[in-house]
Amino acid sequence: MSSEVVGVGERRWVNGLLGLAAWFVGALYFFPIFWMIANSFKEEAVANADPTLSFSPTLDRYRDVTGETVGLLGFSEAFGNSIRVVLASTVIVLVLAIPAAYALSIYPIKKWRDVLFFFISTKFLPLVASILPIWILARELDLLNTQRVLVILYTAMNLPLAVWMLRSFFQEVPKELVEAAEIDGASLFGQLRSVILPIAGPGIAATALLCVIFAWNEYFFAVQLNAADAQTVPIWVTGNVSTRGNFIAKLSAASVLASLPVVIAGWVAQKRMIRGLAMGAIK
Amino acid sequence: MASVTYEQATRFYSGTERPAVDSLDLDIVDGELLVLVGPSGSGKSTALRMLAGLEPLDGGDIMIGDRNVSAVRPRDRDIAMVFQNYALYPQMTVAENMGFALKQQKVPKDQRREKVLEAAKILDLEPYLDRKPKNLSGGQRQRVAMGRAIVRDPAVFLMDEPLSNLDAKLRVQTRTQLAELQQRLGVTTVYVTHDQVEAMTMGHRVAVLKDGILQQCDTPGTLYHSPANRFVAGFIGSPAMNVLDVDNDGAPRLAGVEVRLADGGVEPATVEAVGFRPEAATLADGAPLRGRIRTVEDLGSEVFVHVQIATGDATSEQVDVVVKMPPPFAGQPDDTVGVQLTGELHTFDAEGTRTATTSAQFVA
Repeated sequence: MSSEVVGVGERRWVNGLLGLAAWFVGALYFFPIFWMIANSFKEEAVANADPTLSFSPTLDRYRDVTGETVGLLGFSEAFGNSIRVVLASTVIVLVLAIPAAYALSIYPIKKWRDVLFFFISTKFLPLVASILPIWILARELDLLNTQRVLVILYTAMNLPLAVWMLRSFFQEVPKELVEAAEIDGASLFGQLRSVILPIAGPGIAATALLCVIFAWNEYFFAVQLNAADAQTVPIWVTGNVSTRGNFIAKLSAASVLASLPVVIAGWVAQKRMIRGLAMGAIK
Repeated sequence: MASVTYEQATRFYSGTERPAVDSLDLDIVDGELLVLVGPSGSGKSTALRMLAGLEPLDGGDIMIGDRNVSAVRPRDRDIAMVFQNYALYPQMTVAENMGFALKQQKVPKDQRREKVLEAAKILDLEPYLDRKPKNLSGGQRQRVAMGRAIVRDPAVFLMDEPLSNLDAKLRVQTRTQLAELQQRLGVTTVYVTHDQVEAMTMGHRVAVLKDGILQQCDTPGTLYHSPANRFVAGFIGSPAMNVLDVDNDGAPRLAGVEVRLADGGVEPATVEAVGFRPEAATLADGAPLRGRIRTVEDLGSEVFVHVQIATGDATSEQVDVVVKMPPPFAGQPDDTVGVQLTGELHTFDAEGTRTATTSAQFVA
């Protein structure tokens, strides 16, 4: 051994080994997804037999899960419900969080630390601890089995996160720009629109995407409060679990369909989002 | 166009012991270019931001013309500001940047374009109107920031160290252009800088601030020749005035050598410090104030000689003076020389206030 200090990754074989380990972990993570996709193209019998990769792919399972049956939650209805609930709650979150983040970063109000803490403190309580009062409230307000209740809850669920994220993005906006716009005669709204939003755009996109993902994947509230009507995609996915016969292949197909929108949105927004998240993380 | 008046204007930052700007009284006449100058932390930028409305007043008032703007929002003060980092809107083109304020005022599009073009012509920005700020050089960005201010035709221009991000050569060029432009437009301008040369060359009058307190506000010539106190004396001028503490046994003494004042109306026993400019002294072999040359700065047209005065006492503090000599200068470092006064000498009392300006001699 030389007396020279050699850091991890400076030796070729160490690098190679670390690379190999990374690939292994990556494969480990991806394998269940790969298996889900593979299963979704199988016959039920094949999917439930010994695991195999030699099978003749079929789209029948996709036809099964997207086919509509009277009286049961259909694919298009569930997707429609989800899209409406997710978009509505995300729009409301942004409309509320952008001004809040402004007031906590650009010209911070007094006690802004306390306000920030309050926002995040709403996430301390386990959801399950609050579900009974929420359910009773929803029932009293006639909101059970409506899309509205999910819009409200998803807004409440994502708002603290959005405020925190947007705040860190807004802090990246040089203060002189806001001051210049103020001196140039721009109103508060004008400053927001012409100075802050263009600069914090990627951050806002990242925040919106995260809200969309969280709302899209939310299952607990959906199943507790919307057992009958206005059901969302996660419920539709579990609707393919059947007590009669095999369902692994069908469930896989449904899961693939449920994942696709998020994966596509994430793919499209990947670059911006990583930039956005990194930006927030550094500060 | 308008005058600007600070009346006992005060700004306190919470968590600090003394005000950032302390009871500032300042009258800036219509069309004047007033420079606020001082070291960092002197409150000059804060004073400017108070005028802009970006810092609230904790006391006193600020008037633009005869309108008290103390409680008026920045956007309603009819001012334009040039920021140190220019603060150009990155997603807008040069033309959009310059026209932004007019757009906010709902000026029709064709009028807007006309005004932007006019300003672009003045500032040589016509070829760049469709570029984004990131595709401009530092000097061009600075001119866009200027352009954004002049298209508005405001009552007052505020400039916060607008040249400090330019390289030295461009800074000197732009300084002249800026002063000319201000002269031509005749708009009252308040200009902040930490650079006393910039202050002296540009300002009709210069206000020197220290620790939030106005030290002196006067023409560059008056500041130079009749500084109000030790601070102004030392701050204005490059190289700085030689301001030296003296021993006083009824007559001021410098390294044992008496500073004999001509009848300047000041009681010699009250003199605590004396100051003289490098050009108010010369090196002469027979002079009683002796010292050793430390360095020689030959600038071609003039030579500055730094002399360490021999105090005759190894424990006391070193006293250095700078003397301006005409070229050619033959002296070398470590040569022993004598310093002789040829021009004015300022005397300062215990509080640092200038008490007299008179001729004087060093007498052994």
